[in-house]
Amino acid sequence: MALLEVSQLDVRFALRQGEVRALRDVSFTLDRGERLGIVGESGAGKSVAAFSLLNLISRPGFIAGGRIVFDGQTLNTLSERKLRKVRGNRISMIFQDPMMTLNPVLSIGEQMVECLKAHRRISSKAARAIALDKLRQVQIPSPEKRLDQYPHELSGGMRQRIIIAIALLLDPDIIIADEPTTALDVTIQAEIMALLLDLCEQHNVGLILITHDLGVVSQVTQRMLVMYAGRVIEQGPTREIINDPQHPYTQGLLNALPQMATPGEKLNQIRGSMPSLAKLPSGCAFHPRCDFMTRQSGEPRAACIEQVPGFVGTGSCRVACHMVAEMLEDRRLKEETP
Amino acid sequence: MSAQADNRIPVRDADGAEPLLQIRGLKKRFSLSGDFLDQLRFKKGRLVRHQEHVHAINGVNLDIARGEALCVVGESGCGKSTVARTVMGLLSPSEGEIHYDGARIDHLSSRKLLPYRKRMQMIFQNPYASLNPRMTIQQTLEEPLRLHHPEWSRAQVIDKVTTVMQSVGIDPDWGKRFGHEFSGGQRQRIAIARALAVDPEFIVADEPISALDVSIQAQVLNLLMDAQRERHLTYLFITHDLAVVEHFGTRVAVMYLGTVCEVATTATLFDKPRHPYTQALLSAIPRLKDDRPQHIRLSGEVPTPVNLPSGCVFHGRCPHANARCKQEIPALVTQTDGTRVACHGVEEGRL
Repeated sequence: MALLEVSQLDVRFALRQGEVRALRDVSFTLDRGERLGIVGESGAGKSVAAFSLLNLISRPGFIAGGRIVFDGQTLNTLSERKLRKVRGNRISMIFQDPMMTLNPVLSIGEQMVECLKAHRRISSKAARAIALDKLRQVQIPSPEKRLDQYPHELSGGMRQRIIIAIALLLDPDIIIADEPTTALDVTIQAEIMALLLDLCEQHNVGLILITHDLGVVSQVTQRMLVMYAGRVIEQGPTREIINDPQHPYTQGLLNALPQMATPGEKLNQIRGSMPSLAKLPSGCAFHPRCDFMTRQSGEPRAACIEQVPGFVGTGSCRVACHMVAEMLEDRRLKEETP
Repeated sequence: MSAQADNRIPVRDADGAEPLLQIRGLKKRFSLSGDFLDQLRFKKGRLVRHQEHVHAINGVNLDIARGEALCVVGESGCGKSTVARTVMGLLSPSEGEIHYDGARIDHLSSRKLLPYRKRMQMIFQNPYASLNPRMTIQQTLEEPLRLHHPEWSRAQVIDKVTTVMQSVGIDPDWGKRFGHEFSGGQRQRIAIARALAVDPEFIVADEPISALDVSIQAQVLNLLMDAQRERHLTYLFITHDLAVVEHFGTRVAVMYLGTVCEVATTATLFDKPRHPYTQALLSAIPRLKDDRPQHIRLSGEVPTPVNLPSGCVFHGRCPHANARCKQEIPALVTQTDGTRVACHGVEEGRL
């Protein structure tokens, strides 16, 4: 059984204008030591997905349905007390902005010791020793000195290293990293990502990496989910999706990257923009922007407007698209009638 | 010394055409010490005046030829936005000169600068902050026209606004709406429309697509490239995204801690980066195709621009630094293929 199993997760926000469904029917699994990427543009629901795993969704948001099973425990029905034993302990989280995550009035050492003492019966001295060891692991220069420093004395890259050290403090099974390097410069970003990857491999820690950067996902993760307007639209091994994306949106996203185009030529843009979750189009949420909605014969595919596409399998990838489903069906029929 | 040779004005490029914009020995310092009274300190019983500065730009020389897109890249704090703002006259330089179309513009009064403002326009990073929330889109777009063409009739102005809205792909019927009603990509289109409304020849774009989503970035980048082709624009494009530079730029200037360390044509720079910092920067781009690239790791982090390192500003993090790098500031030296590199190692031929 997989270490983490999310099935049919449904998250809603009860707003004055009505209920907004931020996640619909999101299912995925994560094995021990596996690295999973969740990509999508802003508003796709990737951060909500990550936050809801640890029930960090606060009102007006709530988990309306689905199950999150971690190591045999159903997290979404767990009491707050029991959930707290998992949160930060067996599943830890790294957020985007390192300055917002660290407490500005506590020294680095105090924050790390506090975290250890919350989960373990341990003396301050022993906790400090563990903290120091973790700071060494994240390759911070002069770690002894850092324990007594405050967050504002450190640079952005250094702060993010500290956050990673804190995430590793209790030897978690899974780290959820929500855009961990977006606030950092490219050279620092590359170092932090390399560090995170090394540490996950060394300690066999699972990683759920939320990002909008397809380059980062392709270098760090083994499997990936692509999200659009609150749904997963494509999932499978990262390499396969990057090399041969099936869903028109994934194709569009990859083709829109400047590194995929000849310098100086027009980029392949996806027209329009992501719909607001409050006003989702009917059927496949991507259909107003999709170039494949009309068949090659010129007649439009009614299913795209009327029906939400289910997942169809192509090899180890799974895609939610009527066009792909139709193609697979055609292929199957051809093979049956020689 | 070639650095001094660069200060001659005007410098003509290979074809004998004069560059549209010339930046010479540009320096910009920002005071950290507050006003005069804040600067006074007691030291050993005496009153001393104590001043500290952020050295944002330290002697930048750049030329921008007509019709090209010069990209300035670098990490945060390297001074690239300060260069953009100084060129536009939004900041006045501490030292150095800026020449536009042969005339010096950095010391002009705002009244005298007005005709130049019409010819050079700016697009900012954050379209959420650069549109006035209390003005409708129509008002936003009319404002620059009324300022620069006071003689135009109302019909002329409205006509121009409609044309420019169409040219950037926004529906002229949206004019009655306010900025907050639009998405980031649409707002950036409006900001571009405002810049294009007065038919400028030179556009300074400071991270125009950094705040946008991937699929929207492509739309806006295409729009900027179309505008360049149709209107023969010259761009000074500030960005930290090297993939965008590779696609968009004719030439690239790489900046580090307020100095230019390498200037080259885009193809040359990506094909054969010379400066150790450029090499590290390029190796850090997350690529889609290869699994784990050979990433050059730099030791340490960017030093503070308050107390600049001696010699080459990059020496503390450079794997090839020697004693000379710690003492002597390298000048931008032109290589055989026209690339200009500020590095002792490259100059001596050991890199």
